[in-house]
Amino acid sequence: MTFAATIRSDAVRQAADAWRRQTSLRRFYTALGIGSLLVAMCTAMWFADEANAGHFFDRLPHILDFLSWLVPKDWNDVWRALFDIASPHDKGSQEFNFPLGRVYLWGGFYLPEYFELMLTTLNVALVSTFIGFVFAVPFSFIAARNLTPSPVLRLVVKRFMELLRAFPEIVIAGLFAAILSTGPVAAIIAIGLHSIGALGKLFYEINENIDMRAEEGLRAVGANWFERVRFAGLPQVLPNFMSYTLLRIEINVRISTIIGAVGGGGIGEELKLSISRGFGAKTLALVLLLFTTIFLVDQFSAWLRRKLVGEQAFMMGA
Amino acid sequence: MAAMTADQMRSIEERFPQVFRRPLYKRFGPLVLFTGILLYLVYALWFFSLPQVLRESHWERLPLFLTQWISYDLQPEFRLDQPQITPRYPRFSALGEDPHPDWVITNANGSYTILIDGRAKSVTFDKTEATLVANGQTVPVSLASGKPVISGPVPEWITAHDDEIVARMGFAGEVRITVDRVKVRKRFLGWANFVFDTRSPFFGKSPGEVVSLLMSGPQLKPGTSNIALAADNIWNNAQWQHGDVWTKLFQTIVMAFLGTLLGGIVAFPLAFFAARNITPSGLLSQVLKRFFDFMRSVDMLIWALFFTRAFGPGPLAGSAAIFFTEIGTLGKVYSEGLENIDDKPREGIQSTGANGLLVQRYGVLPEVIPVFISQTLYQWESNTRGATIIGAVGAGGIGLKLWEAMRTNSNWANVFYMVLLVLLVVFIFDSISNFLRRRLSRTIHDYNRIQAGQG
Repeated sequence: MTFAATIRSDAVRQAADAWRRQTSLRRFYTALGIGSLLVAMCTAMWFADEANAGHFFDRLPHILDFLSWLVPKDWNDVWRALFDIASPHDKGSQEFNFPLGRVYLWGGFYLPEYFELMLTTLNVALVSTFIGFVFAVPFSFIAARNLTPSPVLRLVVKRFMELLRAFPEIVIAGLFAAILSTGPVAAIIAIGLHSIGALGKLFYEINENIDMRAEEGLRAVGANWFERVRFAGLPQVLPNFMSYTLLRIEINVRISTIIGAVGGGGIGEELKLSISRGFGAKTLALVLLLFTTIFLVDQFSAWLRRKLVGEQAFMMGA
Repeated sequence: MAAMTADQMRSIEERFPQVFRRPLYKRFGPLVLFTGILLYLVYALWFFSLPQVLRESHWERLPLFLTQWISYDLQPEFRLDQPQITPRYPRFSALGEDPHPDWVITNANGSYTILIDGRAKSVTFDKTEATLVANGQTVPVSLASGKPVISGPVPEWITAHDDEIVARMGFAGEVRITVDRVKVRKRFLGWANFVFDTRSPFFGKSPGEVVSLLMSGPQLKPGTSNIALAADNIWNNAQWQHGDVWTKLFQTIVMAFLGTLLGGIVAFPLAFFAARNITPSGLLSQVLKRFFDFMRSVDMLIWALFFTRAFGPGPLAGSAAIFFTEIGTLGKVYSEGLENIDDKPREGIQSTGANGLLVQRYGVLPEVIPVFISQTLYQWESNTRGATIIGAVGAGGIGLKLWEAMRTNSNWANVFYMVLLVLLVVFIFDSISNFLRRRLSRTIHDYNRIQAGQG
């Protein structure tokens, strides 16, 4: 064996050893990570099970009993409940009093109760998203490092948005429910405030990634801050803003049903009542309506986002 | 520079038709959108009957509620119709069993002086006469005639009803006087009895005293060390319920953790069969994708209500609700992540004759794992927030406790305490998740750079 070959084989062996050591170390860390995650998961499961009113394995055989009340005696009642058509089973109980909730618009033309409630929930989501958008846009430009030179102002706005984002919605909803004494408006304020924080964060991250050449050009001709933001910033970021706003609408529809269930009015409240009283047909009608609406909103928003910004709209989180 | 000629203008216009001759929908699109939104807002105004809601609103309650977040009040009552004037405190007042606060002064002649805010805002009274002092004014109230009567002008901080006189002294409190009793509300900044409640043997002791008791005091409760006793007293503080609040907070964290993790574990293998570029069957991909849509569209609320009914209220129901929603969400984002991968590493592994599983392990996983973890962390973070609201419908955790404390409208300090804890948790989890995601995104970035470098 020549001298050069010895050196080479030594080097190769060293490299191979180093690589092996590195891989085994990395494998060890991966195993450790997965192991501790599993331990944490099992502990968490045990804890959740202990703290729950009913325990998992005690309740598991009865999970189908719980479904039994859901199956209506007459499947047509689901449609009747959905469209407020009188049911032959109506004996004056709340379970089958479908026509009672009709909202007459004019003459004999009515909006079924559940559609009206769904509309309330949707409107809450839309108006609160609008509020979020209107305030998040200026805040996001103030919070962007490349557009606002003052670090103090930036910090204040960022912290404020973080606070809005993290503040539990139900507390704001509860506080304003005590002041305004009606559900939906308090829900709008709660979800709107949250949306300002949530959208503002996403927006300012977009703002910080814009191409600054347009801004420099405007600065060179003496444009002030508003003109620079309006003509250099906004056109670049608006498609992404709209895309995130549409995503926010999807989320807000869900939140507004939940806020509704804790007293914000709308379809959430009705669903909670219906489930807690065990009204099979009504529950199925509500679930069907809610499911369809959320599905349609999601699909429509996804289609629109794809049109606005292409596949990029779906690269969240990464 | 001179102005442009018409020819120059026209030539510029011809050179840039995309700027000067835009299609109609582009020119009027924004205007139509704007008008549409405006019309919608008008409709929403009518739909929520906002003017009426605002007219019936009680904005004066807002500052009251907000002050209750960070303050508490004591409301002693002094009966005047008994042989001797006696102070009475509500049964569960923050002062404990036998209160002798230094702001209630018994004068030599049998009258009482209550200092609402020092001598400048106070009330002095006996059975026949009361003297209100505030805002630099001294107002005598005569109680001798069977009705409280103010002789002379009534200042604007006093409201004289027929049988009761109400003196508002701002944040510090108020005094209500009738012929047979004087009611005082004195407000203090801060949280009363936050550490030890009135039943605790440590109640009313200064921090120094408590520390010396803990270090080297005689045992307050025989058989138990003072430190254990203090810990037990704090944990079981009846007014603040530290033990319960922290347990519920932990439940919320566990709900989010468990739901997201289980969702990820189930969604992970399914996503491979849903990704169009990996799955062998287009039908399977479609079925799985619709399944993900279904799990997502059946709202977290619906899952929560169902599981609360199935398992009873508690974190198990909440975890299950987040788990089911998360199968849909994570399944969707995982499969989209898989569909966006670079196919070359896979082809390379395939060319060595590796079997299907090995191709996924060495050709796909290294590329998607950082993205998957990043998205899972993001979901975990947002579920930690979501678990709070879900809890309020009965799925356990701090949400339910918050909602119950709020419903009574009287316990805003407790609400604020819980809000602060929730904020703390959310901030900590945000930071952890942001830190991890930033590190991961560097990994993703490096990976992409290496890929690009290799062409």
